[in-house]
Amino acid sequence: MLGKLSDWNETIVALATPPGIGAIGVIRISGKNTFNIIDELFPSKNLHNQLSHTLHVGLLKYNNEVLDEVVLSLFKNPKSYTGEDVIEISTHGSPFIQEKIINTIISKGARLAKAGEFTQRAFLNGKLDLTQAEAVADLIASNTEASRNTAIKNMRGKFSNQLKELRDELIKFSALIELELDFSQEDVTFADRKQLDNLINVLIKNVNNLMQSFALGNVIKNGVQVAIIGKPNAGKSTLLNALLNEERAIVSEIAGTTRDTIEEVLNIDGVLFRLIDTAGIREHTTDIIESIGVERSINKMNNADVVVYLFDINTITENELIAIEQNFIKQNIQYLLVANKIDEQINVASAKLNTIKNSINISAKSNLHIEELKKELIVATIHGDLKTEDTVVTNARHYEALQKLSVSLQDVWNALQQNVSGDLLALDIRQCLHYLGLITGEITNEDQLGFIFSKFCIGK
Amino acid sequence: MFSKYDVIVVGAGHAGCEAAAAAANMRSSVLLITMNMQTIAQMSCNPAMGGIAKGQIVREIDAMGGYSGIVSDKSMIQFRMLNLSKGPAMWSPRSQNDRMLFATTWRDMLEATPNVDFYQDMVRSIIIKNGKAAGVITGLGHEIESKTVVVTSGTFLNGIIHIGEKQLGGGRISEKAATGITEQLVSLGFESDRLKTGTPPRVDGRSLDYSKMEEQKGDEEVTGFSYLETEKPKASQQRSCFITYTTPEVHEILKTGFDRSPMFQGRIEGRGPRYCPSIEDKINRFADKDRHQLFVEPEGWNTVEIYVNGFSTSLPEDVQVKALRTVAGFENCKIFRPGYAIEYDYFPPTQLQSSLETKLIKNLFFAGQINGTTGYEEAACQGLMAGINAHLSVRNEEPLVLKRSEAYIGVLIDDLINKGTDEPYRMFTSRAEFRTLLRQDNADLRLTEMSYRLGLASQERMDKVIQKKEEVNKIKNILNKTTIEPEEINNYFSEIQSSPLTEKQKATKVVLRPNVSLISLINNIYNLKIALQSFSKESIEQAEIQIKYERYIEKELDIVQKMKQLEELTIPDTFNYDGVSALSAEALQKFKKIKPRTLGQASRISGVNPSDVQILMVYMGR
Repeated sequence: MLGKLSDWNETIVALATPPGIGAIGVIRISGKNTFNIIDELFPSKNLHNQLSHTLHVGLLKYNNEVLDEVVLSLFKNPKSYTGEDVIEISTHGSPFIQEKIINTIISKGARLAKAGEFTQRAFLNGKLDLTQAEAVADLIASNTEASRNTAIKNMRGKFSNQLKELRDELIKFSALIELELDFSQEDVTFADRKQLDNLINVLIKNVNNLMQSFALGNVIKNGVQVAIIGKPNAGKSTLLNALLNEERAIVSEIAGTTRDTIEEVLNIDGVLFRLIDTAGIREHTTDIIESIGVERSINKMNNADVVVYLFDINTITENELIAIEQNFIKQNIQYLLVANKIDEQINVASAKLNTIKNSINISAKSNLHIEELKKELIVATIHGDLKTEDTVVTNARHYEALQKLSVSLQDVWNALQQNVSGDLLALDIRQCLHYLGLITGEITNEDQLGFIFSKFCIGK
Repeated sequence: MFSKYDVIVVGAGHAGCEAAAAAANMRSSVLLITMNMQTIAQMSCNPAMGGIAKGQIVREIDAMGGYSGIVSDKSMIQFRMLNLSKGPAMWSPRSQNDRMLFATTWRDMLEATPNVDFYQDMVRSIIIKNGKAAGVITGLGHEIESKTVVVTSGTFLNGIIHIGEKQLGGGRISEKAATGITEQLVSLGFESDRLKTGTPPRVDGRSLDYSKMEEQKGDEEVTGFSYLETEKPKASQQRSCFITYTTPEVHEILKTGFDRSPMFQGRIEGRGPRYCPSIEDKINRFADKDRHQLFVEPEGWNTVEIYVNGFSTSLPEDVQVKALRTVAGFENCKIFRPGYAIEYDYFPPTQLQSSLETKLIKNLFFAGQINGTTGYEEAACQGLMAGINAHLSVRNEEPLVLKRSEAYIGVLIDDLINKGTDEPYRMFTSRAEFRTLLRQDNADLRLTEMSYRLGLASQERMDKVIQKKEEVNKIKNILNKTTIEPEEINNYFSEIQSSPLTEKQKATKVVLRPNVSLISLINNIYNLKIALQSFSKESIEQAEIQIKYERYIEKELDIVQKMKQLEELTIPDTFNYDGVSALSAEALQKFKKIKPRTLGQASRISGVNPSDVQILMVYMGR
């Protein structure tokens, strides 16, 4: 995945802020030739003579043409993000200007950085360890405050601490097994199976907790997929607009206007929601284009973290609603029932409200109870307080290792129940040590022996 | 006065004797130099061979054609297979030996080995020409030339013995220390350090009251160590050991000597093994334990001398005797020799290549305690490998390096050269990641052919291995073809409380039941008895293990395959670690010092973490 050694001698450049129009944009350049290249383009000062960690305002010029008025932030190696010479150029936020500056820098001998290359260099220059580097990648990809908080927490080692505890528990468990094997002739008390049972249960529970937090981690990192479904003309697009506070979907009175799914992003209390407006689900549709849209809707519904089922409170029947609810339950889909148009025929609606206890009653058109719906979305997906100090797994590599760890812990548990002899049990335990080691660093027999010799009097 | 030898072996302990035998049997001319011809192959500490992990090593030495297994068999006074209640990977042979018979048997076997010459003298220094070892200079001033030198100095290099406040120079009690080699090697750039070990007092068996102790008998079946036929004692002839315990009273007496203890008063600088602590260390570190086990072990068939295993100490003699006499059964005990601690020089083994040749001086090999190990078995197997590789070096052939998945010997040497050690290194089964593969029952299947091809293991050994393999395959075939009817076996199953068969099943399947042994099937099923009656017990057991543990064995083989990928990624000799600034300081230092040959080896160096290896991988363009 990474380039050859020679690549590391090259100077790289890239836009460090998201592309598009903004107030300012930052271009980052890193490598041996950073100062040579930018100095040539920045005639007002000799950059080589400036101190690290200083700012310089001036014109960026190429062939006597002014590219932009910029602010330069200078970082001299090794005191920079990558550990190399780095200059960050704050430009005006025009994609045109930015592209021109980057092209100029490339013409001077730099090359465009590959995705993640600044972080890779930081890693290779010893500025970050592997977990930190991964956390940085997460940080860059994070869109919301909650996501940033988790990434920062992982960077500071909260996750590492949790793993260290797990590691110590596993070393203890495996050491107690090894004790029976290598030191069976010694006059020490061996752990009874019940103690081992308890230990392994604690381990399994802790790993599973961490694993479960990955779902939450994913939510924090990638957002919650919310599918809004309902019959044609239930007001799905109107609801989407109400949630987003702007007109995105085409709203019309003709049933079946939304032919495709539309995805929009909504930030509620720091959690990212990806709202999917879907083509209305009708039993039969003769319109071919619309039937493709309906198929996509059903797919989207199955992929969603939560489904908002929107219905017109004035036309729905109780039996219909029960059938729909049972369908969700059967398919194990997380859902919210949302009654729309409660302001149109208040009397009929309030009569029905008594029977539909778990629905949220809104009017998308009149912006009624939209905030309440937002709160319910948070409750339905996060199950608790997001700002809790719980360790959250957000990294897929960590999750995979934990998953394998969990499976092999289960093997150990099974083996314990079958009263398998210790040496064979140890084989399964080694798998566990291996998978945890993928995250925490290798767990060696020295760790086990260290535990044994510190706790038991060994030796004739 | 001396002709030029292929191999000079310095020291005639367990390592030196195996080195001399191996090189000579491969047809190198060998000179074995010892400071004392009377003390060849001494058991300096306990009169026992094998034990958990160590017994496996003796089997491996034997499978390769070393002598330790045969000598142990011939001199044993008691045999036990330890850990029989656990899986076959844990079965570990152990013997009590007649200390004097062990030594004379070794000497007889060496004398009967062509190509081995003996000479009694101390080696003062190594002759070095053009950066290569070329012989030795003795204390009497003889220069003896050779193509290779194997140093197996044991505890003799600058050995200092501690008993209470007394300090004596010596390599063993009443034997002189050796000087000169450490100083010469350090001046050449070698790094040396100090280690410590200890031994308990020996007492007069006639003064003990065994009625106050628990008897520990030998096994009813004496299987021994060697894959060859050897003379072993009959089960009924075996001598017993006895078990007794210290008491809080004993501990109090021992504590009265702490102010004169060389350990606690800081006179001993070398580090001792954590798993073989002295009795004073035990009561100091585990103050809450009110008793410690003592094994009362006879030193031989005809002697009354007794070894008090578990009572290793360097406290003053008066305290030793007073404390011992408070132990149950030892009330009137007479002491023959006091316990003592000994400090000696070793050379941190990260200075070695995997052939046991030093990195600094070509044709110079180290084996045994000089490499920081402890134990006869650990020493002997290194001697064997150093002897083989010295011979191969004389012939300009590639060294023999055993893999971690092939032998405990491979684990031991790989650990030593990559991780080094700062306490005497002892083998444990937990050190082997492929424990299920490295069993005592299959050392011959793993190693004999390899050794035979090098010209070490004899034709007789090879023939036996071929025969064993054939028999095992035949037995497995028979079991695959034989079906067992419920009525044939259900009586037996109800006897042992195993659930009954509901329909006929292949014998191979039935053997998989955890509490059902193949022997019990043979005894209960007439067809099987007839079909298998011509096969040896060893082959039947081997077939059973292979069938019963196949799932686990395959699991390990799978990991071996995965590990192989890292092992195959070689790091060029010229690789510039300084150019890799992302490496941790410790990893950088270790990589430069050890110069790992492969990424697999790099990953096993102590202090190197996975991200260091990942960084190397990145820089190597993977």
